[in-house]
Amino acid sequence: MTLAAEINSSSPEKLLSPVLSAFWDQPDSWTLETYERHEGYQGLRRALAMSPDDLIAYVKDSGLRGRGGAGFPTGMKWQFIPQGDGKPHYLVVNADESEPGTCKDIPLLFANPHSLIEGMIIACYAIRSEHAFIYLRGEVVPVLRRLHEAVREAYAAGYLGRNILGSGLNLELTVHAGAGAYICGEETALLDSLEGRRGQPRLRPPFPAVAGLYACPTVVNNVESIASVPAILNRGKEWFTSMGSEKSPGFTLYSLSGHVVSPGQYEAPLGITLRQLLDMSGGMRPGHRLKFWTPGGSSTPMFTDEHLDVPLDYEGVGAAGSMLGTKALQCFDETTCVVRAVTRWTEFYAHESCGKCTPCREGTYWLVQLLRDIEAGRGEMADLDKLNDIADNINGKSFCALGDGAASPIFSSLKYFREEYEQHITGKGCPFDPAKSTAWADNHKEVTA
Amino acid sequence: MTENVSLGMPQLPAPAYPDDVRARLEEDARAIIDRYPGSRSALLPMLHLVQSEEGHVTRTGMQFCADLLGLTTAEVTAVATFYTMYRRKPSGDYQVGVCTNTLCAVMGGDAIFEELQEHLGVGNNGTTDDGKITLEHIECNAACDYAPVVMVNWEFFDNQTPESAKKMVDDLREGRTVEPTRGAPLCTFKETARILAGFPDERPGAVEATGGAGPASLVGLRLAKGETPQTRIVHPRGEAAGQEGA
Repeated sequence: MTLAAEINSSSPEKLLSPVLSAFWDQPDSWTLETYERHEGYQGLRRALAMSPDDLIAYVKDSGLRGRGGAGFPTGMKWQFIPQGDGKPHYLVVNADESEPGTCKDIPLLFANPHSLIEGMIIACYAIRSEHAFIYLRGEVVPVLRRLHEAVREAYAAGYLGRNILGSGLNLELTVHAGAGAYICGEETALLDSLEGRRGQPRLRPPFPAVAGLYACPTVVNNVESIASVPAILNRGKEWFTSMGSEKSPGFTLYSLSGHVVSPGQYEAPLGITLRQLLDMSGGMRPGHRLKFWTPGGSSTPMFTDEHLDVPLDYEGVGAAGSMLGTKALQCFDETTCVVRAVTRWTEFYAHESCGKCTPCREGTYWLVQLLRDIEAGRGEMADLDKLNDIADNINGKSFCALGDGAASPIFSSLKYFREEYEQHITGKGCPFDPAKSTAWADNHKEVTA
Repeated sequence: MTENVSLGMPQLPAPAYPDDVRARLEEDARAIIDRYPGSRSALLPMLHLVQSEEGHVTRTGMQFCADLLGLTTAEVTAVATFYTMYRRKPSGDYQVGVCTNTLCAVMGGDAIFEELQEHLGVGNNGTTDDGKITLEHIECNAACDYAPVVMVNWEFFDNQTPESAKKMVDDLREGRTVEPTRGAPLCTFKETARILAGFPDERPGAVEATGGAGPASLVGLRLAKGETPQTRIVHPRGEAAGQEGA
């Protein structure tokens, strides 16, 4: 990356906007005491002063869109819950963060769990729910510990339980640990899993807003979406819409990872570019250049160095042929074999396919067989069209988006790196040395083993 | 005799837990069931609970869940076999999972997994003879900014190298205290399973262990606050990275 020229025009103080992450550097950042010292639970007080319907309208007006991948407007999801239907309503927070590359909700919950809890209380008041759940993937025990503690603190302080802050609102909050299954990040599979079943997606309609958990009206929201609500209430929707663009307002967490100098979390207004993020953070590791990257996890079509200036918001990434997804910016440099990367992702999708829909279950299996052969130098040219064909037969032909996600890396890598596939076939093997891609490859140059 | 030959015949009902064990587990199970409007929702945490008793999900454990929830053992087995965190055979005190999803694999996870297999003399899902370590490769664990990542009993060991990972498993086998980069000092797999069943970790200091956010979680915040000199373009990774505090 060229550094000096860019840095002056893009100072991080101007480009970044820490809100959820604003006090993660405080000692004991996860405690109620620290949270309250940073205006915690003030948004809730403002929310309780409104009527539930006004509150839904307010969140809708703020333009907050889901941060879990699909980008659906959060307030609209709440509005879909039928009122006066006599059934219990539920809020289920999707904390099953498992999309390859995605690593924002887990550090958020580890450092600042109360922002989620406050957001959940506000959401439950809006949709008239008295029981909310956090479905946390099981493989993150340090986060589970802090959620247990934060919920305990919230009950003790009167933010959960009966007649919260004298408002008449009652709310029980249950933390539920999953047991290892990527598919449970899909909202209807998550609901089946929370009901004690195998995590398999349901056919929609009916949508969860009508028949969700226990066949009752249910809102399923991502962690970051709900955790963003208290700040909107506390500082106002005008403040929120002053960031980002008209259709993608607000701030969000961008997760930079891979062959970069400073991997980590960067909270910024929607619409920042990868070039700006790399320029402010030291760029790719010294002596290397960006080869390909994902804008929002492995299920979003990959980008190359041609896309460094794509605005990272819902519309900008969409217009460039991919999806904003979870803003998981996995960056790979020129030492990385794209066939190896795609093969591994495809093995992941084959492993995690729940098996319910034939195109996804069988298609991912056959993609893996072909890719392994190509990577090992046993492929044929006709295999490349076959890959495209199989991916086409998975894409859009299953109940849920897992199959679409599996097709994305195939389509996009063949689009941008077809020659590299051909090289594996004509050269009868992989031309890359995996040792050069490791995190320690350049550190130990003088002590080559 | 043919007792060692599996004929695929229906098995006899699983033996029950001893009375005292059952009474203790039943009390825990009732507490779990009480958390949910529908009792079947308790099944996943209850399978974690039976793992905390025996270290893996046994036929006895599944029968126990079925009895308490009014399900058939077939329904319970269908669920227990769907999720990867339920172990189906006796395994080690420490579940060591090396992330080999694309990003971690490329950053060195493949090399770590390979060297650990050789070092421990076991393959994927194999357990060392001393019963201490079960090794497996795992999928993305939401810590890509700390790649390559190794999980032990689902605590984070960030920015690993083959050397750091081998030292860590040696320490575990020698009975030395091992502390993750993010999370609490390791307890056994069974004790971890109890936390997963929804019973908070009561050990003093467990919640606050390793401080607030990890170092990579803070890079954006530090830049935004002007705390990071912008001329610094070489990030110290490798040797020091594994020991960084909060």
